[in-house]
Amino acid sequence: MAQKRRDFIKISSLSAAGLIFGAQQLSSATKINSKSKLGDFGPLDTLRTPTYCEVCFWKCAGWVYKDKEGNIKKVVGNDDDPNCNGRLCPRGTGGVGMYHDEDRLKSPLIRVAGKDGKQTFREASWDEALDVVAKGLQKVKDEHGAECTALLTHGSGGHYFGTLLKAFGSGNIAAPSYAQCRGPREVGFIATFGDGLNSPEPTDIRDTRCLVLIGSHLGENMHNGQVQEMSDAIDKGAAIITVDPRFSTVASKSKFWLPIKPSTDIALLLTWIHEIIENEWYDKNYVEKYTYGFEQLKAHVKNYTPEWAYGITTIKPHVIRETAREMANAAPSVIIHPGRHVTWYGDDTQRLRAVAILNALLGSWGRRGGFYVPEKASVPAYPHPQFPKPTRTWRDAMGGKYKLADLALASGVCDATIPSADLDCHIKAWIVNGTNLIMTLPDPKKTLEAIQNLDFMVTVDTMPMEITGYADVVLPECTYLERWDDLRVIQGREPNIALRMPAAEPKYNTKPAYWIAKELANKMGLGDYFAWEKFEDKLDWELKQIGSSLEEMKRIGVKNLPREFGPLYYQKGQDIDFFTNTGKIELYSTALAEEGFDPMPKYTSHMEPPAGFYHLNYGRAPQHTFSRTSNNPNLTDLMDENVVWVNPKVAKEWGLKSGQPIYLQNQDGVVSDFPIKVRVTERIRFDSVYMVHGFGHNNKKLSRAFGKGASDSQLITRVLVDPIMGGTGMRGNFVTFRFEKESEVTS
Amino acid sequence: MRYAMAVDTKKCVGCADCVVACQTENNVPIGYCRDWIVEVTDGTYPQLEIEIRSERCNHCDNSPCVRCCPTGASHYVEGGIVKVTPHECIGCGACITSCPYDARYGHPDGYVDKCTFCDHRIQDGLQPACVSVCPTKCMYFGDLDDANSEVSKVLKKRKFKTLIPQAGTKPQVYYLI
Repeated sequence: MAQKRRDFIKISSLSAAGLIFGAQQLSSATKINSKSKLGDFGPLDTLRTPTYCEVCFWKCAGWVYKDKEGNIKKVVGNDDDPNCNGRLCPRGTGGVGMYHDEDRLKSPLIRVAGKDGKQTFREASWDEALDVVAKGLQKVKDEHGAECTALLTHGSGGHYFGTLLKAFGSGNIAAPSYAQCRGPREVGFIATFGDGLNSPEPTDIRDTRCLVLIGSHLGENMHNGQVQEMSDAIDKGAAIITVDPRFSTVASKSKFWLPIKPSTDIALLLTWIHEIIENEWYDKNYVEKYTYGFEQLKAHVKNYTPEWAYGITTIKPHVIRETAREMANAAPSVIIHPGRHVTWYGDDTQRLRAVAILNALLGSWGRRGGFYVPEKASVPAYPHPQFPKPTRTWRDAMGGKYKLADLALASGVCDATIPSADLDCHIKAWIVNGTNLIMTLPDPKKTLEAIQNLDFMVTVDTMPMEITGYADVVLPECTYLERWDDLRVIQGREPNIALRMPAAEPKYNTKPAYWIAKELANKMGLGDYFAWEKFEDKLDWELKQIGSSLEEMKRIGVKNLPREFGPLYYQKGQDIDFFTNTGKIELYSTALAEEGFDPMPKYTSHMEPPAGFYHLNYGRAPQHTFSRTSNNPNLTDLMDENVVWVNPKVAKEWGLKSGQPIYLQNQDGVVSDFPIKVRVTERIRFDSVYMVHGFGHNNKKLSRAFGKGASDSQLITRVLVDPIMGGTGMRGNFVTFRFEKESEVTS
Repeated sequence: MRYAMAVDTKKCVGCADCVVACQTENNVPIGYCRDWIVEVTDGTYPQLEIEIRSERCNHCDNSPCVRCCPTGASHYVEGGIVKVTPHECIGCGACITSCPYDARYGHPDGYVDKCTFCDHRIQDGLQPACVSVCPTKCMYFGDLDDANSEVSKVLKKRKFKTLIPQAGTKPQVYYLI
């Protein structure tokens, strides 16, 4: 974040500059004394190879450049890539740090017990380690059935381990990006429009006239293409409305900042809907032609006046009216942004329904400056035998709940692993790929309880994340800069594909995930599912099915294809059959009603912090992705710890000063492992604190990240589960300050 | 020829991509930087404003760092770019002290280092690394003597300021406000 060097402290945030400040002092004081060889300042473009980024899920395509000695020097965006337009974000630019990080996992590890009973990891050959994994999984299959194995995954490796697990006979394949992140908005939008948003979201920000962000801090969450388009929209004079208890970066670029009381967003949304209907600002033709349930909705929101909402949200009635009018004036070129991490209070699907309804009333779905109609290339998969059909899945352990979840729940897999009398499906083995579940899932104690009940766990990662410490076998993956991977096939304005190829040989004794999965498959008698000889052959075969080739993709990196299914926006008077029960955009959701849920969103009040406690809000920094980048040398150089934002009034009451380390304790008596520095700032409400997610690592093997800042995940022990789709709401936690660490107490 | 840069504070989100892009482009060692982010908050809750700036050497027309360099290592090159010749630098640090913008640092290899506007890229017809990477496209670079350059056009259109103008250094990095 802020890195003005010498005078940084007096004008700016504390987070990043501490290190820079120190380094600068050191450099001017002691390091200017010897004269040695000169740096190489020449351009580094001797050789470039295509890749797409793996530092976050946006997967921007780029070029890897090496120096004359063949060392990876930099990664630069691919101009033809619609996700990045030639400009990577700081994490993508700093992706080289993943490759250079000397703390990387370097060898397969096997858990062994010494004579004294003490467990340690022993380095092993790949052959030995994979043997142990194959036997461990087979044993679970023999004793409990293949359905008792699960894959928890994030990132590219999920494809290969997913194939392996499906071939093995299990359908328990879950990514925390669903139930811990964007699941509720997918379900909320599917219930309304018959289609989810997927990734990247088809928000037409570049042409919007009004962008409404509710708890979404674009610019701090560096969803690259969206940040770029937001900047274009600012240039073109679009109005931004930001609803956030914190004066986020984008709030400072907004026409309106609504510092809402946490957990009251649905009240604001219902009132906006009320205003737009009562004033007849909705798109009458669109509503009439495409929607179902307008009259029910009108009756439903009749009493949700701005005066009603004021008492709940603390947003003044005239501001609610003005912002509603602002949206209506811009319609249909208006986006009430669905956000991405939306698992907040357990009524998240309903909140996202309200967002979807508001967009529908303003006619922005399928319209320029609203939401475009995305397309995705269809690339045939390399042929493999049919997968066996599993007889049970994690769903069987949910007692008939969460039927509307369209993807598996990582938290559901975790629940199905903890033995209980009601469950008929106990999961006994996990493959964990590229996700640090200790920080990814809320309530780490519960995650650990599940892990203790496993017969076998293998983790695949590039870094010694906390989760690896609990594995029976740790398999070190090489970084994305050292491997082939499946093609990137994602939706966009135009269908497009991108290639990732290795820029260098894998460092240490690391291997690509596709290789690991194939070798495991061979050992497990499932080799037919990975029938290709070399991974390049598989890519070339797939590319040739769509009229390209590996040779072409190596040269261009990204290929944009023509749209196949019609224009980018709905055409005037076009008949559209939406994928809902009624074939219409459902303002009144028949699917939710069928399942016994509210067909239209309602506001319910949530618990408020007890005296001396504050809402624990968390978010992103543009330099980091979750907890996975917090040891990256290039990115820790920009920001190496998180800080806790505290309003000056609160700071005064507690006697807190900026820079002071403090422990946080939550409502359940859990105290942060490490102290976190205070940032006293006017930019946050007095009833809330804020911190960036992903810090406070307690694995000493992460030498730069260990003990830096505090972990919000550790403090999220009150989980508000969404009854509709099982999302784990994480914003119902409150913290207070502790000057000294004491042992954990239960309140 | 007069190279200059304009930074749009209304678009910059302070992500520090410019910092890391500069580091990887120019082999700046970890722990040091040639450009950096300043974020200034004004006001009290809820009436607040933030100005975010990506800062670097201002390549001043009247550079105290060039004037005070005892060996001539600090010098101007074409287009007014201020550079340091590493092998002529004795690391005395006079330039670091003289710079009102704190734009220079002592490289661990024993010389003083700073922003070059990526002149090696300019020679190849490219933009400086920070400008070309910025996700918000908040930076404009070019020749002020050319009325059609990006930087000339944006300075004609927008209000701007320079940093510490009272120091009399005639800085050539402009901040759009």
